[in-house]
Amino acid sequence: MITKNPGSWDFHGGIHRPDCKSMSAGKYLGKVPLPETLVLPLQQHIGAMAEPTVKVGDQVLKGQTIARVTEYIGAPIHAPTSGTVTAIEEHPVPHPSGLSAPCIVLQVDGKDTWDELPEPLPYFDDMDPSLLRERIRWAGIVGLGGAAFPTSVKVNHGPDRPIQTLVVNGAECEPYITCDDLLMREQADRVVEGIKVLLYVVDAEECLIGIEDNKPEAIAAMRKAVAESGLKDVQVVQVPTRYPMGGEKQLIKVLTGKEVPSNGIPSEIGVICVNVATAAAVTDAVMAGRPLLSRLVTVTGEGISTPGNLEVPFGVAMSHVIEQAGGYTDKAYKLILGGPMMGFTLGDDALPVTKGSNCLLAASREEAPPPDKARPCIRCGKCMDACPAQLLPQQLYWYARARDFEKTQEYNLFDCIECGCCSWVCPSHIPLVQYYRFAKTETWALEKEKRQAEDARRRHEARVERLERLERERKARLRQKKEALQKKTAAGGADPKKAAVEAAVKRVAEKKARQAEAEKSTEESS
Amino acid sequence: MKLPVHTSPYGSLPNNVTRVMGEVLLALVPGIIALVYYFGWGVLINIGIAVTTALAAEAGVLRLRKRPVRPALTDLSATVTAVLLAIALPPLTPWWMTVLGVLFAIVMVKHLYGGLGYNPFNPAMAAYVLLLVSFPVAMTQWLPPVLLNEHPLSFVQTLSAIFGGGLPDHLTWDTITSATPLDAMREQLKMNKTISEIAQNPMWGDFGARGWEWVGNWFLLGGLFLLWRKVITWHIPFAMIAGLLLASGLFWLFDPESMPFPGFHLFSGGMILGAFFIATDPVTAATTSKGRLVYGFLIGLTVFIIRTWGGYPDAVAFAVLLMNMAAPTIDYYTQPRVFGARDKDNA
Ligand code: SF4
Ligand code: SF4
Repeated sequence: MITKNPGSWDFHGGIHRPDCKSMSAGKYLGKVPLPETLVLPLQQHIGAMAEPTVKVGDQVLKGQTIARVTEYIGAPIHAPTSGTVTAIEEHPVPHPSGLSAPCIVLQVDGKDTWDELPEPLPYFDDMDPSLLRERIRWAGIVGLGGAAFPTSVKVNHGPDRPIQTLVVNGAECEPYITCDDLLMREQADRVVEGIKVLLYVVDAEECLIGIEDNKPEAIAAMRKAVAESGLKDVQVVQVPTRYPMGGEKQLIKVLTGKEVPSNGIPSEIGVICVNVATAAAVTDAVMAGRPLLSRLVTVTGEGISTPGNLEVPFGVAMSHVIEQAGGYTDKAYKLILGGPMMGFTLGDDALPVTKGSNCLLAASREEAPPPDKARPCIRCGKCMDACPAQLLPQQLYWYARARDFEKTQEYNLFDCIECGCCSWVCPSHIPLVQYYRFAKTETWALEKEKRQAEDARRRHEARVERLERLERERKARLRQKKEALQKKTAAGGADPKKAAVEAAVKRVAEKKARQAEAEKSTEESS
Repeated sequence: MKLPVHTSPYGSLPNNVTRVMGEVLLALVPGIIALVYYFGWGVLINIGIAVTTALAAEAGVLRLRKRPVRPALTDLSATVTAVLLAIALPPLTPWWMTVLGVLFAIVMVKHLYGGLGYNPFNPAMAAYVLLLVSFPVAMTQWLPPVLLNEHPLSFVQTLSAIFGGGLPDHLTWDTITSATPLDAMREQLKMNKTISEIAQNPMWGDFGARGWEWVGNWFLLGGLFLLWRKVITWHIPFAMIAGLLLASGLFWLFDPESMPFPGFHLFSGGMILGAFFIATDPVTAATTSKGRLVYGFLIGLTVFIIRTWGGYPDAVAFAVLLMNMAAPTIDYYTQPRVFGARDKDNA
């Protein structure tokens, strides 16, 4: 079934904030030259941390897998260039917590020698989709819109969830960011090629590409590329500019009219949503056999001399990237990774660019002022009017502050997408999102504690029960022996038939006991 | 390079509590001017007394609670409470009554519950009710509107009446005060007069009581300004007026000779002021959209019930306080449908 009038729906709330995109829009500043060292975090994605497959001192080639996936949800890491592994150690990484995490440090040799690559798959549509999924997984592709969820997992929706619509997200609703815009303007074919592959992999009936109407050049380029590709049932849909239009759930709603269920994922309603840059990465993996080694990064803000977009290999220090954009101006006050609504400030610019780094925003004091002093909530409801998840942020705030984490769940805390609209409109300048993040973390911690306590209790109970059972069995055996002895003496010799029956009954009972034991122990270990 | 670390989002709408409250005050201006025009200087003097008391009380309480004083004074919320109470009082209310009311509003109703944002009851209305119950006579001694007033008082005369209780020699309280129109309507209905007989009285204007109707119109203008500025949403005023009109309209259709015309209800007394400025006080109102409709409607209904069968002529204050109590429950049962809720719309 093809969606009728895609883009004719709406989502609740949202905000209009000056998009500030013109500083960097359409400006490509080239590929960042390789620095002497690259620092590659083992965790650049949602899921399990990758496991190094190289040792300190190893020579590696460009495109070589240097860390592999260990669990279903995960992504491998490849060497963005050739060189020597000089360390595998903890290093500060771009994370809101400001903590360090394990990284592979690569000494660049400057030769940029490619490893042997797997063969391109231009005739992918003759292949089993599972092989293509394997290729996407090998290439280490994750969602490049910022969330960095492994794409191979996303496109493996399972046979019981047929996909109707592939939604391609080119909305780029966060102010300042223009890397997707640039990609669509200049490499629309690469995006469309990836869409072709993805349509085949997920077996979708149609593809809807959503782009905000503040990017007319991108819309035109994508429309042209789609027309030239001869793909049917692929449509570029112009959507209104309103934050957070590019939120997965919001874009799906606007394009298809369907709502991703609370606590659910899009494939439940027959939709899979990927970012335009992710689609382009799929093209490289399938058509050229190239893994994901670099990405487009927007470097912008009043704190940057020449704002624009750069192609940055992963692991390059942000300070190096910013130098390529002319360095800082006097106005630089804060460095934000991501946009001003959902990004986070970095305490330091010596951190590596990773797969999820879409924007380095060196904001001036005016662009990202220090937080105002919060006033009491006057329950004006502005936050509620702005909340795209249709929550009651004022109530959530009330209960989060009171540390009543049962009530915050009752008010659907976990449907909050942390878009920041509520904080933005609040006349009392309450950092609402901060409270929700706090409440979520606390709830997780509490649940973990509860689970652990529960596990411990179950283990204890099982142990007590096992001991009791063993004791019972021992007693039963004793009794049986005694009875048998008594019978023997009473009958003065055994009835062979009766003895055989008894023996069989006993065997069955023992077998049952053994089975029960085995089940118990697997239960315990699970 | 070390950089400051804050959490997103960065920046916010250029809006703050002071601005919200400031806009409420601004919206009150036309109505206040009309009040002064029709009912004399007393209105302004009351506002002056109330605001001064409110600021002093707020500062005092905050100092006692060891909280910063400045932000609370500049957020103008105490000023709004004071002004709302002052304009609900009769123009010649003795000064100490106003002071008492404001102290009660700020100290007891607002700060004993934790200050701005935490008070379950509307402070201005709670204080109004306290005064009404304690001093029923003084609180119903209104002046007739200027059009009907044969003895308008000068500014100085008003001052001395408020502060000293003294009137110019040739006047007595009985000669200068009159009942409010709602009161008058009530009394006359009690004497079994029909509405058409009552309407002969020069007190009545085009659609409500003379003077009052125009004050109502000017407050309405301010209310529309608040709607336009998005300081309030349409839900509460609309539902409240709808509730009142519906109830009074039904009864009026049924028995037009002993039930006043719905327009009378709307434009006499504190209905318009209440619908746009008092019931919409966000702190004490329901906060969900559906909840606000329910809340407003119930206030409108309660106003009609109390005016018609209750013991007091005007009822906005009582109705608002009653619904303040119900607001948390209303909110609980009117939570919006969450995006993607697993309900019948979204199986
Ligand atoms: S916008 Fe701020 S002040 Fe208004 S209800 Fe929400 S949290 Fe409270
Ligand atoms: S951050 Fe959460 S609560 Fe606030 S507007 Fe966004 S979804 Fe709603």
